[in-house]
Amino acid sequence: MQNLLLLIVLAPLAAAALAGLFGRLIGRAGAHTVTILGVAVAFAGSATVLYRMLYEGAPAFNEVIYTWLVSDGIRFEVGFLVDHLTALMMVVVTFVSLMVHVYTIGYMHDDDGYQRFFSYISLFTFAMLMLVMSNNFLQLFFGWEAVGLVSYLLIGFWYTRPTAIFANMKAFLVNRVGDFGFVLGIAAIVYYTGSLRYADAFAAAPEIAAQGFIPWAGASWNAMTVVCILLFIGAMGKSAQVPLHVWLPDSMEGPTPISALIHAATMVTAGIFMVARMSPLFELSPTARSFVLVIGATTALFMGFLGIIQNDIKRVVAYSTLSQLGYMTVALGVSAYSVAIFHLMTHAFFKALLFLAAGSVIIGMHHEQDMRKMGGLRRYMPITYWTSLIGSLALIGFPGFAGFYSKDSIIEAVHAALEGGKVSGAGYAYVCVVVGVFVTAFYSFRMIFMTFHGEERMDHHTKEHLHESPWVVTVPLVLLAIPSVVIGGWTMGPVLFGGYFGEAIRVLPANDVVAKLGEEWHGPLAFIVEGFTSPTLYIALAGVATAWYLYLKAPALPARIRAGAEPIYRLLENKYYFDWFNENVLAAGSRWFGNRFWTIGDQFVIDGALVNGSARTVGLLGALVRHLQSGLLYHYAFAMIIGLSALLAYILYRA
Amino acid sequence: MLQSHLLSVLVWLPIVGGILVMLTGDSQPAMARWLSLALALLAFAVSLPLWGGFDQGTAAFQFVERAAWIPSLHSDYYLGVDGISMPLIVLTTFTTVLVVIAGWGSVEKRVSQYFAAFLMLEGVMIGVFAALDGLLYYAFWEAMLIPMFIIIGVWGGKRRVYATMKFFLYTFFGSIFMLVALIYLYLKAGTYDLGAFYAQRLTFNEQVLIFLAFFAAFAVKVPMFPVHTWLPDAHVEAPTGGSVILAAIMLKMGGYGFLRFSLPIAPDASHYLAWTMIALSLVAVIYIGLVALVQSDMKKLIAYSSIAHMGFVTLGSFIAWDILARTGTLHGVTLGLSGAMVQMISHGLISGALFLCVGVLYDRMHTRDIAAYGGVVNTMPVFGAFMVLFAMANAGLPATSGFVGEFMIIIASFHANPWYALLAAVTMITGAAYTLWLVKRVVFGAVANDEVAKLTDVNPREFLVLGILAVAVIAVGVYPRPLTDVMEPTLQHLAELLSASKL
Repeated sequence: MQNLLLLIVLAPLAAAALAGLFGRLIGRAGAHTVTILGVAVAFAGSATVLYRMLYEGAPAFNEVIYTWLVSDGIRFEVGFLVDHLTALMMVVVTFVSLMVHVYTIGYMHDDDGYQRFFSYISLFTFAMLMLVMSNNFLQLFFGWEAVGLVSYLLIGFWYTRPTAIFANMKAFLVNRVGDFGFVLGIAAIVYYTGSLRYADAFAAAPEIAAQGFIPWAGASWNAMTVVCILLFIGAMGKSAQVPLHVWLPDSMEGPTPISALIHAATMVTAGIFMVARMSPLFELSPTARSFVLVIGATTALFMGFLGIIQNDIKRVVAYSTLSQLGYMTVALGVSAYSVAIFHLMTHAFFKALLFLAAGSVIIGMHHEQDMRKMGGLRRYMPITYWTSLIGSLALIGFPGFAGFYSKDSIIEAVHAALEGGKVSGAGYAYVCVVVGVFVTAFYSFRMIFMTFHGEERMDHHTKEHLHESPWVVTVPLVLLAIPSVVIGGWTMGPVLFGGYFGEAIRVLPANDVVAKLGEEWHGPLAFIVEGFTSPTLYIALAGVATAWYLYLKAPALPARIRAGAEPIYRLLENKYYFDWFNENVLAAGSRWFGNRFWTIGDQFVIDGALVNGSARTVGLLGALVRHLQSGLLYHYAFAMIIGLSALLAYILYRA
Repeated sequence: MLQSHLLSVLVWLPIVGGILVMLTGDSQPAMARWLSLALALLAFAVSLPLWGGFDQGTAAFQFVERAAWIPSLHSDYYLGVDGISMPLIVLTTFTTVLVVIAGWGSVEKRVSQYFAAFLMLEGVMIGVFAALDGLLYYAFWEAMLIPMFIIIGVWGGKRRVYATMKFFLYTFFGSIFMLVALIYLYLKAGTYDLGAFYAQRLTFNEQVLIFLAFFAAFAVKVPMFPVHTWLPDAHVEAPTGGSVILAAIMLKMGGYGFLRFSLPIAPDASHYLAWTMIALSLVAVIYIGLVALVQSDMKKLIAYSSIAHMGFVTLGSFIAWDILARTGTLHGVTLGLSGAMVQMISHGLISGALFLCVGVLYDRMHTRDIAAYGGVVNTMPVFGAFMVLFAMANAGLPATSGFVGEFMIIIASFHANPWYALLAAVTMITGAAYTLWLVKRVVFGAVANDEVAKLTDVNPREFLVLGILAVAVIAVGVYPRPLTDVMEPTLQHLAELLSASKL
């Protein structure tokens, strides 16, 4: 098993090294061959691992690979924990990565950085696998930062574009704010358990929860709440939760294949995965879970609103990703970890599909991303159209499609938590996720209608060259469309209610909303039938209908609505002023302080007053002393007399 | 013979070699270069058995050499290494090789003297790390100033006179107090033997005064806030090789001094003043981090970044008593000390690499002004890759050496006080901010001007130097255990020493 796991991890790494260091030598075809081979090996291996676990009853693997360092008895290790949760993530990551590798041949075929790109995405696959396969916090953090590094390199892939190199720095720094919390969370774990291994942390969880954390005299917080919130701050960065979401929309500056792979399907879900992995810890802190819930619900709804006003096709999908990540976070907040992972999986397929389809549109439109210049594309790009439609139906949760099962489960789980009445914030979250259904449907079909239906608004030249994308693009679309339909119904029963995750996810019986859903579970078909009678579907259909009315039936209306609701529009247009605040308050403030510290602290006070000042003082004293040495005898005599009198006076006084 | 006098060979080989190089004169620069390279490589080769033959199971001094030096002062020629000094000596010989290669083509003026200065400096610095006699240590310590003074003063930039004076006065001012403390300790102990200093009982007031005297010397070297302002000036004016040695090795003298002298000789004073040390360290991390952000000169930026990173060293060294007070055990103390050591080694590699990167650019464009660059990666892709790698290492990315020490110290300081950890962890944001902003402005973007358009990528010599450092940075990041295992027994012992009161 260990050799197989090492092969899975190292194959993409070796491929990345080959393509990156010897790209010129092996050429374009060589680069995509080795990297696709590497990722294909990783996928085949991951599938084998999953198969063995499911059908041959292979036990979870939990072993140390090597000891990174030992100090003070604390072992810092690199090791793998592969259980059902990990195996699922491995298959999702390697499958989507493989699809994206193939797709990239078409998307990047005339780019100068071809080999570099393949090297990066293979390196990403390695890093993401290290992250999900870790059995300890050190390696988790290693993978966490490594995917961040590759994300940085890929957002800035077109490094001559000012917007791209601003976006990648922003992404890295915002993630660093999250990592700041994450590292402190890890430090707290080591403090309480003396170990970095998950197993030790989970075993010690009840003890941690029983301890108080004293931030200052007189206050005491629950130690587990502190640990969990700190860890979750890391997840907020990586999984782009409000207010650390600001980097994700800008990350669309990177080439589309990586928007699909990294900024939709895999890396951004690392935070969700991490919290699910840490379920034994989060279960013991209701406060932390409520925090998670409220943040997630806010992201789910308010980022959805922003999707409504975007005109860039990729940005619509980006905001939809933010919103869906919010849904997953909501599921975590109500202890429905398995549901979160379930949605993570279905989302990985249909969101990668939507991004790659958007990329296909962008290729067809000669790198035009503005939907206002599109329209009627379904006649020219039928495969792209149908696969986009499938992706959108999955996204809005239309009964039978993959997203329906996972999203409805989230809504049901929040509802169950609300009824259970023990989770603070559940009411707010429920409103957010239900209203979010309408918003999701609206922006999704607004995109479909503006892009593929209605009037053809592109210029004559573009129109003449419009045609379906080559097979390396459409085959991955079709291959992703299949799971976007079937994966939900096929796996929901076993994954959510069949004890698939086993020991990997631990939920206290009192919090177990998924078990409550299980009582109503009568198979996927019954779930579909139920779906048609549930109000959620009609809320979604209302969203679709509204989009249809506004963008196909009465296309003049949106402009009038916008004019009527100017302040709201401006608020959305400025993305709730988060960017404005970050740039004008945080970044500018740091520079202001930096400048003041430098010019006032270092230059004026330390160098000016103290250093050069003491030099001046010495000089000044010298000048004074020089005056004393006047050379006139009576001056000296006078000084002696004064000195003697003073001395005498002192002696007399002492006596 | 070689085995039993390994340290002497390491000290005197470069010094004598340096004199030989100088004797070749200015007329044969090629010979001076090759001879220097051979000597530097030889010194590095001689330092390897030091690591290979090092007994990792003991905290005792190894490779000890002892002979009477100045009998009337009871001062011995007494050399030896433990887990603290041995890695620093290897770092010194390693860095000197790189500096010699890096100076190959970029120094045209007085070539033989340039290389001679670096070789002699190498020997003297090894002497500082190896000396176990207070007076011998002091002699090496002061001798170290001379070659560096010459390096900056002769091969430096426009304001080199101001910078050298500032450098000299600062460090000399500090070391005078250290000499007083050493003499006082000699008068108490009757010998300059460091072991006797460790065992010497001292009153609280004596300890505080001794601590402050040492502090004057070491804090300047680290440098700690507020005695740090000489460093940016010295770096800016120093030639590339000078900056590399200054950042990679000479700053380590301060951190080394705290571990070797202040903590074990004055443990109670260290305890009493630890809060000051921690406060100054955290100021260095945050205040200096913000100052680094607004620098417009690449070398100044990296110099300030050095100060911020060295703040971790002093933080990791002085949290022991807080850990003891909070947890009741010493668990975590060695982690902090070990983190401080790893941070020193790592900072040596990374800041050295970054100064070399600036040197590569400076050799081509003759400016260190960030605004003069932009889009360098277009014309220098290989250089761009190196620069991004070292920048990421400077920002503490895992799998580079920059992560290891910071991670250990953040964890250890959480044991002491979560607020320390919180403030120290701010470096994750500020460090990334100033480093990546630098990269964004210099490396990325469209070609900014004609000068940048004319740049040529790194030559094989530069590739070799940066490549070796890249391998080292990644190797320490991926597998730091060989390094920490060497230091662990010594640091465990140090943890016990500093927790035992001498009153």
